[in-house]
Amino acid sequence: MGCVSDGVIFSALSWLGGGTEPARPGVAVIDIRFPRGAAADVQEIVFRNFYTAFLSVRVQRPGPGGPRRWVTCLRDHRLMPCPHTEEGSQDYFSLHRHQMLCDMDQVTAVRFILRQPSPVWLHFTIEELQIFPPGQKSPQKDFTSWLSQLTPPEQPASLHGELPDPEKVSTEVQQMWVLTEVIRARQAAARIGRFDVDGCYDINLLSYT
Amino acid sequence: MLDPDSGLSLTIARIVQRLKGSSLHSQLERQARVSLHKPEIKLESLKEDIKDFLRTSGWEKKLQNAVYSELNVFPSPCHPAAPPEHMKEPLAYMRKAQGNWEKRILKSLNSMCTELGIPLAQKRPVNEQKELLNKWNEMGTDEPDLSLFRPVYAPKDFLEVLMNLRNPNYENGEQLSFRNHLGLIQVPLKVKDIPELKEDFSELGLNIGQLGIDDSAQVPPEFFENEHVRVGQKVLAEQDSAAAQQYVRQGCPTALRADLWALILNISNQPEDILYYEQLKSNVIQHDLLVDSLIYKDVKLTASNDDYYFVFEDYLYQVLLCFSRDTSVLEHFTYSSATPPKSYIRGKLGMEEYAVFYPPNGVIPFHGFSMYVAPLCFLYHEPSRLYQIFREMYVRFFFRLHSISSHASGIVSLCLLFETLLQTHLPQLFYHLREIGAQPLRISFKWLVRAFSGYLATDQLLLLWDRILGYNSLEILAVLAAAVFAFRAVNLMEVTSLAAAEAVLADLSTLKVMPLLQIFLFATVT
Repeated sequence: MGCVSDGVIFSALSWLGGGTEPARPGVAVIDIRFPRGAAADVQEIVFRNFYTAFLSVRVQRPGPGGPRRWVTCLRDHRLMPCPHTEEGSQDYFSLHRHQMLCDMDQVTAVRFILRQPSPVWLHFTIEELQIFPPGQKSPQKDFTSWLSQLTPPEQPASLHGELPDPEKVSTEVQQMWVLTEVIRARQAAARIGRFDVDGCYDINLLSYT
Repeated sequence: MLDPDSGLSLTIARIVQRLKGSSLHSQLERQARVSLHKPEIKLESLKEDIKDFLRTSGWEKKLQNAVYSELNVFPSPCHPAAPPEHMKEPLAYMRKAQGNWEKRILKSLNSMCTELGIPLAQKRPVNEQKELLNKWNEMGTDEPDLSLFRPVYAPKDFLEVLMNLRNPNYENGEQLSFRNHLGLIQVPLKVKDIPELKEDFSELGLNIGQLGIDDSAQVPPEFFENEHVRVGQKVLAEQDSAAAQQYVRQGCPTALRADLWALILNISNQPEDILYYEQLKSNVIQHDLLVDSLIYKDVKLTASNDDYYFVFEDYLYQVLLCFSRDTSVLEHFTYSSATPPKSYIRGKLGMEEYAVFYPPNGVIPFHGFSMYVAPLCFLYHEPSRLYQIFREMYVRFFFRLHSISSHASGIVSLCLLFETLLQTHLPQLFYHLREIGAQPLRISFKWLVRAFSGYLATDQLLLLWDRILGYNSLEILAVLAAAVFAFRAVNLMEVTSLAAAEAVLADLSTLKVMPLLQIFLFATVT
């Protein structure tokens, strides 16, 4: 359901159709209004699917004239390749700004229109919905941006006596630090081939938890 | 899903991180450093010259093979928001079912342990260690009393679990409707139909040469066989994994099979690999595990009784006992839906620093497990190489045959694929068998779980496993099972009981797999 953490905008959901029960196959709508009527720019929407086949997204934003209008920014995005079978039914999805049909600036409300045409499912919905504004990147994203600098364009650094921009250097150093932390954390799990503890493998019965 | 760019970056990052600690990495560094002495490496174009050197000396190819191997084994990266269990198995109810199944196995093993009064693991006394070391190469001559041991489970127990698998969000009504499947498997997984299979297995088509068909005595070898062997030798000379994988889709010549499979699985017999195997052997000598008795029992019951495989009994012990001690197998649990069983050192219950996995590789063998190793004994005679090939085959393919998951090559999907193919293309046969209480999956399940090992003649089995490696998928097993039923359909239509149907399909040793597959996929009127 809704959660509030640094960088994630929305919290309380208002569900159309009453109650928080997932819907029977057909169509369902989830409305999200940002707290305190604030408007925000949307960079990415992340959620976990639960048997929704198609997703459309509409946002309420200021129109060219001034007053706010609903605009469709994603139309019938396919989440499940075959609505009758399990593929994609419980997967995690990301919707990025650049996939949208319209600008995602100054959005005051987001409407998710879920469709599940297959009658074989009892319920369908989307869960763990999170909306990220621009500039807020998860540590995972930091990792990939470092990686895209791995093969930089073949231009020699043109310092020519200029000092590099300290802001740039400090962000790069920060990214390197994040990366080494990630790698160090992963390396701690590396196997060293020992299955016993200090030469002793005298064990109890197997545990069930 | 995952944005294509960040998906690619994550894949690259993961592969780089995995290869960074490997021996290949240090070898490449050493080669690059050594190459600095060579005259053709110039300081101005150092990076390019070293890259060229690595390419011409074949090291770039080794790196390519390693990357290709990683891509084949590990699934594409999950969404960053997805927890680790999502990569193991995306569907929550399947994870739960696998957890329950594992609990049953653990209970069974624990009760065997308490009933027999034998500890799960104990250190071997020194004289026993010496004795075992002396008869390491002839453990088959040992006749320990195994009458009290029983296998932890057999394939038919597993089939009962799969039959009862239900998606709680699915309309599992009691009345028969379009929602229910007519077979035993009731979960709505996506399986391929014949047009999709035809496309996937296009190299098995009627107009393409196959070993297993076009190398028979009636066909002159100039038509296909000679050229195919020549291409195979070239592929081996190039040492290219990806090319080898493409090549074996048309079958491996017998003389080249061992090397080609090793190339596809990226197994090179380095000194450190032999050393690793020796280390495992010493672990076997030092500690005696309850699981060892299960392995002995399994080998005695299955492979030793088989006309083709009984000669390899000693090899099987040497491989399987070491396999149980190999902690590197634990890595595959990141992408398998299964979880390794855990225990604590005696007296330290609940203390995480004293938590260990049991057995050390996390895999509890079941009845018939040794049949995964037996066919490989025909190809590899050196124990450490045989061991590595088996281990790689297990962590790529065989683990999917005895764990509950929604993967396309998982046993649940294979069962559903088999039933769907049979129902769609032989509806009369399917209906008839169902009416007489002989659900087809009850007969074919044991073939699927063992990947047909012990049921087909060995040369035919190896031709089948060629295609498993070539297509990096186990779906061909389900297609073959359906093709076998199609082949014996006339006889099966006349039976009136499950026992009679079993009798019709009891002996598959005379079957030729490639013609059956070809006819079923490409020559049956749909």
